[in-house]
Amino acid sequence: MALFQGSNPVVKWIEYRLPIFSFIDAHLIDYPAPKNLNYWYNFGSIAGVLLVVQIVTGVVLAMHYTPHADFAFASVEHIMRDVNYGWLMRYMHANGASLFFVAVYIHIFRGLYYGSYKSPREVLWWFGIIILLLMMATSFMGYVLPWGQMSFWGATVITNLFSAIPWVGESIVTWLWGGFAVDNPTLNRFYSLHYLLPFVIVGVVFLHLWALHHRKSNNPLGIDIKGPQDTVPFHPYYTIKDTLGLGAFALLFSVILFFAPNALGEVDNYIKADPLVTPAHIVPEWYFLPYYAILRSIPHKLIGVIAMFGSIFVLFILPWLDTSRVRSATFRPVYKMVYWIFVIDCLVLGYIGAQVPEGIFLIVGRIATAIYFLFFIPVLPLIGWFERPRPLPTSIAEAVLAKGGGGGAPEAAAAQSEGRG
Amino acid sequence: MRKPLMLLAAGALIAYAATAAQAAEQSPLKTRDWPQGGPFGTFERDSLQRGFQVYKEVCAACHSLEYLAYRHLEGIGLSEEEIEAVAAEATVIDGPNEDGEMFERPGKPSDRMPKPFPNDAAAKAANNGALPPDLSVIVKARKGHEDYINSLLTGYGEPPAGVEMREGTNYNAHYPGQQIAMPPPLSEGGVTYADGTEATVEQMSYDVTNFLAWAAEPTLEARKRMGVKVVLFLLLFTGLAYAVKRKVWADLH
Amino acid sequence: MAGPESGTTRRDFLYIALGMAGVAGGLAAAWPFVDQMNPSKDVLALSSIEIDISGIEVGQSIKAKWRGKPIFVRHRTPEEIEQARAVPLDELKDPQTDQERVKEGRDEWLIMVGVCTHFGCIPLGEQGEYGGWFCPCHGSHYDTSGRIRKGPAPLNLEVPTYEFLDDNTVKIG
Repeated sequence: MALFQGSNPVVKWIEYRLPIFSFIDAHLIDYPAPKNLNYWYNFGSIAGVLLVVQIVTGVVLAMHYTPHADFAFASVEHIMRDVNYGWLMRYMHANGASLFFVAVYIHIFRGLYYGSYKSPREVLWWFGIIILLLMMATSFMGYVLPWGQMSFWGATVITNLFSAIPWVGESIVTWLWGGFAVDNPTLNRFYSLHYLLPFVIVGVVFLHLWALHHRKSNNPLGIDIKGPQDTVPFHPYYTIKDTLGLGAFALLFSVILFFAPNALGEVDNYIKADPLVTPAHIVPEWYFLPYYAILRSIPHKLIGVIAMFGSIFVLFILPWLDTSRVRSATFRPVYKMVYWIFVIDCLVLGYIGAQVPEGIFLIVGRIATAIYFLFFIPVLPLIGWFERPRPLPTSIAEAVLAKGGGGGAPEAAAAQSEGRG
Repeated sequence: MRKPLMLLAAGALIAYAATAAQAAEQSPLKTRDWPQGGPFGTFERDSLQRGFQVYKEVCAACHSLEYLAYRHLEGIGLSEEEIEAVAAEATVIDGPNEDGEMFERPGKPSDRMPKPFPNDAAAKAANNGALPPDLSVIVKARKGHEDYINSLLTGYGEPPAGVEMREGTNYNAHYPGQQIAMPPPLSEGGVTYADGTEATVEQMSYDVTNFLAWAAEPTLEARKRMGVKVVLFLLLFTGLAYAVKRKVWADLH
Repeated sequence: MAGPESGTTRRDFLYIALGMAGVAGGLAAAWPFVDQMNPSKDVLALSSIEIDISGIEVGQSIKAKWRGKPIFVRHRTPEEIEQARAVPLDELKDPQTDQERVKEGRDEWLIMVGVCTHFGCIPLGEQGEYGGWFCPCHGSHYDTSGRIRKGPAPLNLEVPTYEFLDDNTVKIG
C-alpha cells in the first residue's frame, strides 16, 4: 500500500530529498487508528475542512471588500449584488463560521465525554483550547468587518470590557481602538488581524495533529491501544468514514447556506453602523452566547470579565481536576450523569445569553453560571475520588469482537477470531 | 446514541427560541405567504414591477435605494429599453466638467439610483428630525421581514383611547413603541398601476413589499436553484459514500 | 460507464462512482471561485461609453477614458487623411490601409486607444516625424492614421469597436 516503496524513480528522487511520500504514508494512509471510533470522532476532520473553507472564501472576499468605515458596508453589498457568485462567497463565509463552531463544540464535548484530555494527551488538549481561543478572536473581528449595527456595537461592548483591568484598562482600550471610540482605525486593524489569525490557527492545528499522532487517538472505551489487533489503517477505513461524515455535514451546511442563509445572523447587522444610535438588544453571534451569559450574570464588571475568560481557561487545568483514572464516561456512571447536566447547563447559558439580563433570566443565568464552575471545581475532582467505575474491557479488539463487530452477524465474530489477533 | 442527538435537537430548539424571544411589545404581525418564501419560492415578476412603480412614485421622495443601480432592474423583468427610459427620467449629478463644476444630467443604466436628499442631515431636516432609512436591505434588516414591512404599511390607524401621541408622530400598531414619524404613505388609488391592477392599499403594500424583498436579495432565485442542485448532489454523494463505507468496513463487522 | 471486470466488480464500481462524483462535485464547486475574479457586473456596466464629438473642431483631438485607458478622438484635416492614404503598404511594419482604421463616410474621425503598443506609455499628439503621435518612452513614431512608422513599437495603435449613434455621438465598446 505504501506509495514510497514504489519503484517510480521520480518518487524515489523526491523522497530522498524530502520524505514527503513516506510522511503521507505514515500519517494518512498506514497510520494506525483505533478500530472502534464512532461518528462523534468525525468532527475533528470536519473542523479542519471548514478551516480551509473559511480561508479560501475569506481570501476571495478580501479581493472585493473595502476595509474603510465609509465603504465597508457598501462593499459587502457590492459583493452580494455585483461580484460573480459574490453572494455565495459571502454566505459561505458567514455561515461557515457558525458551522465551524458547531463542529468544534461537538469535537470538544466528545473529548470531555471520552476523557481525551487525560494523560498522555494534555498538550493535545491545550493546543485545542488555544485553537478555540484563536477562533473566537478571529470570528469576533470578522463580525466587525461588515460594519453593521451589531458589528459596531458588539465591538464597542467587548473592547470596553478591557477597561475593567485596573489602572491600565482605559489605556489598553484606547490602544485597541486606535482612537477614542470604535472607528475606522479599529476596523482597519481588525481586518489585518482577521486575515492573519487563521494562518496562526493553521500552525496550531499542525501542532495539534502532531501531538495527536505522537500518542495516537483515544477511543470510546478509553483504553489504550495494545497492538495492531486494536487498530485499522487510516486509509481506507477512516478516509471513507470521514468522507461520509463530511458529506452529511456538507448537506447540513448546504441547507442552511442555500435556504436560510440569514437564520443564524442578526437582522440589525443589515443596518449600517451608527455611533449615535444603540440597538435595542446588543447580542453577539450565537457561539458567544454562553460566555456572554456568564459575563452578565456577575454584577461586578472586572469579576464578570474574569469569570468569562475563566470559563475557558479552566479547561487548561481540566486534566488535573479530573482525578479519575478511567477515561471514558462509558464506564463512569456518575460522571456520565453529571456530564449531561453540564451539557444542558451550557445550552441554558446559551439561551440566557440572548435574553435581557433581568428578572427570571438573570436568576437562571446566575444559577447556570454557578453550575458551570461547580462542575469543574469541586464536582469533577470529587467524582474522580469517590466514583466506582464499571469494569473495563481488557482490550479494544476484545470489546469489538464481543459486540459482534459492532452490529454485524455473530457468526462473523466467530470467523473473525480465527483470522485476527 | 439517541440521547446526544435529542440534546442536539433540544439545543437547536433553544437557540431558535432564543432568537425569537427578543420581540418588543407590538401587535403580532399580519402574516401571509410570500411568493418568494419557502425552499422553492420565486419572485412574482408582475408584483415586482408594480412594486417598483409604488417605490418610484411614493417612497422615493424620502427613501433612498442607494445600493441599486438602474441596470439591476433587469432582475424585475424590465427590458434594456425600459431600463434606459427609467434611468433617463432621473437626474443624476456628474462631474467635475472641464470648468471644474459638478453638473446634472439624465440617468444612465450604469448609474446608482440617486438619493432624494444630499446627506442625512438634509434628510432629517426635511422630515421633522427623523431619518427615512435607505430601503435597499430593509426587508432583511427588520425582524418579521416581509410580514413586518407589509404590516407596517397597512398598520396605521387611530390611537387607542388614552394613548397620547408625541408631536409629529403617527399611530402604527406594528412599529416598536407604536409612534412612528412617517405619515401613512399609501392611500387608496394613490398610484395608477401601468398594468391596470386596482391600487388598493393592501395591493400596493403587497407589491412594494415584494419589490423591496427583491431589492434586498436579488440573487434569491439563483441561490435556491443552486441549493436544489447542491442538495440533490450531496444526497447522491453521501449515499454513495455510505455504500462504500459499509463495503470497506464489512470485513471488520 | 464501464468498470474493470475483476472479481469484485460491484465494489470497484462503487469506488469509481464515488470518486467520479467527488471530482465532478469538486470541479463544479471550484467554478464560482474562479469566476468571482472575472469583471463584476458594475465593471461590465461601464464597459462602453458614449462621447459627444460635436465640439471637436477640425484639426482638434480629445482624450476620453474608456475601460481605464485613454481614448484619442481626432477630427482629422483633409491633408492628414491624404497623407495617410499616400503611404505604400510595404513601408509599414504593421500593414493596414487608412480606410481599414476608420469608418466609411466618417473618415475624418480617427478613434484609437491611446496606449503605445510597445510597453504601454501614452503617446503625445501632434508630435513626431510622421505628423501623428510620438511616444517619449522609447521613441516610437505613429503617423496620421496612428500606424507605427519608426521605433520599437510592433503594432499600430489599437482601434476599438465603436459606432456612431448619430452625427454628434460615438459609442465606444
